[in-house]
Amino acid sequence: MDVKDIIKPENLVYEKPGMLTANTMHYCPGCSHGVVHKLIAEIIEDLGIQEKTIGVAPVGCSVFAYNYIDIDWQEAAHGRAPALATGISRTNPDKIVFTYQGDGDLASIGTAEIMHACNRGENFAVIFINNGIYGMTGGQMAPTTLLGQVTATTPYGRDAERNGYPLKITELIAQLPGTSYVTRQSVHTPAAIRRCKKAITKAFEAAMDKKGTSFVEVVSTCNMNWKMTPVQANQWMEENMFPFYPPGDIKDGSKADPASFKQN
Amino acid sequence: MTEELIIAGFGGQGVLSMGKILAYSGVMAGQEVTWFPSYGPEMRGGTANVTVILSDKRISSPIINEFDTAIILNQQSMDKFEKMVKPGGTLLYDPNGITRNPERTDINLFKIDGTKIAADLGNVKIFNMVVLGAYLKAKPVVNIDSVEKGLQQSLPARHHKLIPLNLAAVQKGYELLESVTTL
Amino acid sequence: MGELKLMKGNEVIAEAAIRCGCDGYFGYPITPQSEVMETLMAREPWNETGMVVLQAESEVASINMVYGAAATGKKVMTSSSSPGISLMAEGISYIAGAELPCVIVNVQRGGPGLGTIQPSQADYFQSVKGGGHGDYHLIVLAPASVQEMNDFVDLGFQLAFKYRNPSMILADGAIGQMMEKVQLSDFKPRMTAEEIDAKYGSWATNGKKPNRERNIATSLEMDSAKMEANNKRFQEKYAKMQAEDVLYETIRCDDAEYILVAFGVSSRICQKAVDIAREKGMKVGLLRPITLFPFPKQIIGEMAKRVKGFMTVEMNAGQMIEDVQLSVGCAGCAVPVKYFGRMGGIIPTPSEVVQALEQKLIGG
Repeated sequence: MDVKDIIKPENLVYEKPGMLTANTMHYCPGCSHGVVHKLIAEIIEDLGIQEKTIGVAPVGCSVFAYNYIDIDWQEAAHGRAPALATGISRTNPDKIVFTYQGDGDLASIGTAEIMHACNRGENFAVIFINNGIYGMTGGQMAPTTLLGQVTATTPYGRDAERNGYPLKITELIAQLPGTSYVTRQSVHTPAAIRRCKKAITKAFEAAMDKKGTSFVEVVSTCNMNWKMTPVQANQWMEENMFPFYPPGDIKDGSKADPASFKQN
Repeated sequence: MTEELIIAGFGGQGVLSMGKILAYSGVMAGQEVTWFPSYGPEMRGGTANVTVILSDKRISSPIINEFDTAIILNQQSMDKFEKMVKPGGTLLYDPNGITRNPERTDINLFKIDGTKIAADLGNVKIFNMVVLGAYLKAKPVVNIDSVEKGLQQSLPARHHKLIPLNLAAVQKGYELLESVTTL
Repeated sequence: MGELKLMKGNEVIAEAAIRCGCDGYFGYPITPQSEVMETLMAREPWNETGMVVLQAESEVASINMVYGAAATGKKVMTSSSSPGISLMAEGISYIAGAELPCVIVNVQRGGPGLGTIQPSQADYFQSVKGGGHGDYHLIVLAPASVQEMNDFVDLGFQLAFKYRNPSMILADGAIGQMMEKVQLSDFKPRMTAEEIDAKYGSWATNGKKPNRERNIATSLEMDSAKMEANNKRFQEKYAKMQAEDVLYETIRCDDAEYILVAFGVSSRICQKAVDIAREKGMKVGLLRPITLFPFPKQIIGEMAKRVKGFMTVEMNAGQMIEDVQLSVGCAGCAVPVKYFGRMGGIIPTPSEVVQALEQKLIGG
């Protein structure tokens, strides 16, 4: 049997989402970014919102996110994506806006921007990739690096005295009255991927419905900088990351009703 | 005509708003105007001053070191600005709060007891309008119609009911200006 | 024309923004320019024209909100004062690199550091050289009156959109805080989504349409050859600004032997100094650069061939003097170029300027 006999429409079992471009991804084999990108591409296609969606890419490994999903994009300075998204959604309230940010971008240099955007309840979705390390610059400590975890700038393991504690930024975000839906997901198994897709869909729908800021953390692997195989990395994540960053919904609702704020 | 004026006193005496009403009166009279305040922390409780220039020509510098007229409402301002009046110029002051009278003999000196007159009119807040009236007697740079229009423009609509009181204060100041002779 | 008003420079910036069809303002309070946002918030333009006004959490956020909105083809702006502009430098560099239009107002105060809240012109270098990292320039407009605070908002947007480059209105605490008579502009409608698609569809990231490729607003380019090509394109843009959009004013220069060069509020002081000097028999004129970038090199070069000398008057330690010296030198002339100025928030007086002219240039 020739390959041409196999490549037929009736034999098609899987296809690249139409919203993914033909560009070859620069991500390392085993990286979680590719999976999350694919989910976002599928969701934009499913919801039929290509013409309305504007993505904001961060600085970090996903700086080139704009090469892969076939929508209009803006490339932000490090940490500033929520400010750009605020500018876009405030002046274009009919558009669907999302940021895609890593842990260094969102939880370190961009802490002020993400906190205040979420506190104002800006109507956009945030996709937050937490792999506990700076990937693009070569594996330095991130705010979410676990205690004892070895990175290029914590060669003997993260030490609380010297380096401070890992930051549970998603729990902080959930405290803010402007957020509607705050969840923590992963993409290391088919079941997790399906759950994550539901979560990101819900986050996009919340942005479309002007419910406030929606926030999806995806606990992820960086097998290259963790210096593991992809399979080992998934296992390490389950054993070490999940106890500290447990997957699941943290908040599911709508931004706070101003009437619930008692004026003293 | 160009009139370069400084109004100086304490924050809270209505120095800046008096300058603004005068400047707006100038606009209504078709003049070019600038209003340049001292600004910053000194506005609160400390000394406040504003330079107002009215002219029928394009105004050059909004910041000047010699004045045609100085309106002086406290001693610190007297110490600072008496010497900055041009020879032949005008100095108008309220004697309340002044511990040393002006000493220049080469300028025209006037005084107005604005504090007392405003109290007699039943509203100490219109002190600055009494002083404005006195000034307009000494230097008739704009007429009373323009002042009325200036008040309408510079006061928010909810305060327009106070315009007659303000104009009465201007009138009183105009009537009660006193010329001073130095010995 | 719109109404005749007596207004502060800062208030006029706000009013002019509403009237010229601005889509959004993002800012953070800082003295001496807080009246810009205060006036906007009191005016509630969202009810009148649909303009968005937002108080951001920092200047860093403000400029990045401007980036986001500008990249969708919207007409947006921010304002701040010196320390806040330093914080914006990163974002301004990204906006210039991504070739986006916007207006940034700097109501300068004295520095360095927290400095003073009094007027200054010490951000000249920062403004005309770009301010952030990389080879870029802003279009820099220097208003010298409250009327120009009104006029330059619209002009700033026009030039920003002409070149897809940020414009800066470089004012100072004096122009921001003083009131003058101002003829307000007529209202222009905000652009509709269809107009933005038609005019800026080649770059605006306002949602990918079926009839066009997706647009990406970015300053990133990993290929050095492409990045060099981008830089060459930017430089061509700056050369075009120099050829087409230099603005300046001359006062009593026709028979002048000595030329004062000053911008913004300093030029107002010099106008008076010229009058005083003329009364004393000195043949002095004033050149006021209105665009600080592009700088009026050519007129200075032409003047250098017939005058005996120049003196810049600046509220800084002598920054614009370098551009005047370059302009004189490029014209192959060697007439003296002197500087007089005050720093730290002190405004020079006209008589100080005349004294400096006598000591540094005419008598010397």
